Amino acid sequence: MVTPLMLEKWSGKIAVLTIGATREDGGSRAHVIKIGGQQSLPFLFQEGPSPHRPVIAFEVWDVYPQDWQESLQRAYVYSLKDPIVWAKTCVEDYNEQILCLRLQGIHPDYGNKSADTEAEFIKELLKKVDVPLIIIGSGDDVKDNAVLPICCEAARGERCLIGSAVQDNYKTLVASVLADGHNIIAESPIDINIAKQLNILISDMGLSLERIAINPTIGALGYGLEYAYSIMERCRLAALSGDKTLASPFICFVGQEAWRAKESKVNDDRQGIVWEVITATALLQAGADILVMRHPEAISKVNSYIANLFRE
Amino acid sequence: MALSGLDIYKLLPKTNCRACGFPTCLAFAMQLAKKAVNLDKCPYVSAEAKRAIEASSQPPIKIVTIGTGENKLEIGNETVLFRHEEKFFNPCGIGFIIDDNEGVNIRRKLEKINRLKFERVGQKLEVNLICLRQQGNPRQFTEALNLVLKDTPLALVLMVKDIQTLQDALQISKERRPLIYPVANQDYLSIAKIAKYFKFPLVAYAYNLDELSNLVQELDRAGVADIVLDTGRKSVADKIWDLTQIRRLALKKNYRSLGYPVLAVAENDDPYTEAQEAATYITKYAGIVLLKGIDSWEALSLLTLRQNIYSDPQKPLQVEPKVYPIGQVTSDSPVLVTTNFSLTYYTVLGEVEASKVPSYIVSVDTEGMSVLTAWAAEKFTPESISNCLNKFKISEMVSHNTLIIPGYVAVMSGELEEQSGWKVAVGPKEAAGIPSFLKNLQ
Repeated sequence: MVTPLMLEKWSGKIAVLTIGATREDGGSRAHVIKIGGQQSLPFLFQEGPSPHRPVIAFEVWDVYPQDWQESLQRAYVYSLKDPIVWAKTCVEDYNEQILCLRLQGIHPDYGNKSADTEAEFIKELLKKVDVPLIIIGSGDDVKDNAVLPICCEAARGERCLIGSAVQDNYKTLVASVLADGHNIIAESPIDINIAKQLNILISDMGLSLERIAINPTIGALGYGLEYAYSIMERCRLAALSGDKTLASPFICFVGQEAWRAKESKVNDDRQGIVWEVITATALLQAGADILVMRHPEAISKVNSYIANLFRE
Repeated sequence: MALSGLDIYKLLPKTNCRACGFPTCLAFAMQLAKKAVNLDKCPYVSAEAKRAIEASSQPPIKIVTIGTGENKLEIGNETVLFRHEEKFFNPCGIGFIIDDNEGVNIRRKLEKINRLKFERVGQKLEVNLICLRQQGNPRQFTEALNLVLKDTPLALVLMVKDIQTLQDALQISKERRPLIYPVANQDYLSIAKIAKYFKFPLVAYAYNLDELSNLVQELDRAGVADIVLDTGRKSVADKIWDLTQIRRLALKKNYRSLGYPVLAVAENDDPYTEAQEAATYITKYAGIVLLKGIDSWEALSLLTLRQNIYSDPQKPLQVEPKVYPIGQVTSDSPVLVTTNFSLTYYTVLGEVEASKVPSYIVSVDTEGMSVLTAWAAEKFTPESISNCLNKFKISEMVSHNTLIIPGYVAVMSGELEEQSGWKVAVGPKEAAGIPSFLKNLQ
């Protein structure tokens, strides 16, 4: 007897988000990165197309990451003291296609760098590396609102992904992103209703839904991973069923969460690496499109996992 | 999938003979649908109708038990495709493949596997299975099996190549109710007879779903009640497809011949690759995942993932709201207040222990919400904290009146001081800051 397969017929589709602009598009990147476009749940290739693979972005800071575990810093072939060298290492030594720059240095506790210094730094970085950029703030709302717009301008035309807009602080960032031709990260606190609401608020300001990535706020393995996992599954089901306001791709800050876990601070380096790897693996199954990660070996393992999933 | 009263009525004789004690067949059918009465009351129901009605009352994915006593593993009986729809019920079994030709290594491995026990957020995390795989002759297998029986209480999977080995192995392991896993092309009907005789669970192995479904029907006809499905080694994407199809067909189509738990092997020389593959199957419906890596860092990550995925989305893990003295507390010990969400409490506990400063942790009943969520939902307020301090008579335990609150709720300091009469000290936002905070306090 032939077993009848059960195929879901989805009416919706995840939006395609393009990060980076080449010379033809008015930027200076060597290539662009596209994510999203799925018409099925993750990796069910026989049910609907998944034209773009999930990508991993190395997290790079604009200052020396003094809080990072020694084991994490040691994993890099070059020192992390110089952010430009750090970024070049990720692109040239680890062959990474996209970077996530965290402007930690503008935070009052991490150097309180000024908007102008940061803008200069970004211009310099754009000259030294030619991959598309994700740029995120420091988590200090006041400083981020003052600095991010200047940084958006410094990277005008490069079609970066800029973050993060939150429900009670999105207007400044949306306006800059619109003015300078970037995309935006919409961050919601593990809450599908806020994610939807924020997407609507942002698109009401004129930034189209195709230019938004949802940051659902994740917890690491063992630290609330399952909450984000289910929120992402619910979001994806709603999007595939036709809700365009939830059909944005996901960006997940895996490294930041995994390297906070107690398990990443033990003597055995492998425990920390596998913690980041498994957090990423599980979130991929829930629909993650961009994973921002930290450990080069963890990144290499997850990259092979993704390549393996997409092998014909 | 349960049948409605009308569905059942269509299968009954429709003679209204009243032999069942009800005035009409329809009335009887309605009671059957409510499971208020047994089908045996109807003497005239056809065998075919009986099968259909009984099948509909069974769970769509059969529950299968492997092993006995406290180490038994129960898998299957799942009801949803996505955990948010209800929950995943029976955590998948995690087991280790050991080859019978590993000689002295077998004992060393078993010792290591027996130590794979962890505790996270108040729950014990344990591995479940040893899968002994035949590489040589029957004698080598039974010798290895004797070691396994002696050295581990875990439930067993017997991966055997021939009937002779299986029979010899079952002679010495039948007390343990192992899962029989015949590899290579074997005479399934003879093995089915053995499984039926012992009433042991049996792995039905076929590479594609059509063959698998046919095999299961054969085994079912041969009288094997407990079946575990396997579609063999293939790419992770193909495996996700199989696992998803089997789950969907069982739940949505009540497809009986695939209504069993599924076993997946994630065996790889690279432990990270193996862990990723195993993690995928844990999230995607596997009932058993077998691997070979026995390092504790790999096992801990997979057991933690299983704990996460199988937790109840409606009921967050909670600790009892009360005062927890940590270390050799005195009347001078600091008092920290937090919520009763397990993850929050245990994170705070870990850091307080690490600080080596004996302290009291007051866990306020926030119905299992974390600090910020509970604050937003008004479960973690100056009032609820004050009430909690009074209820547990904390002022009688310490001679000072300083209360440390989480940094994220610093905004409630003033009101809390007013309502409770305690002096409020704002602690760090992240638990990781607790050790240095407590040390500076002294």
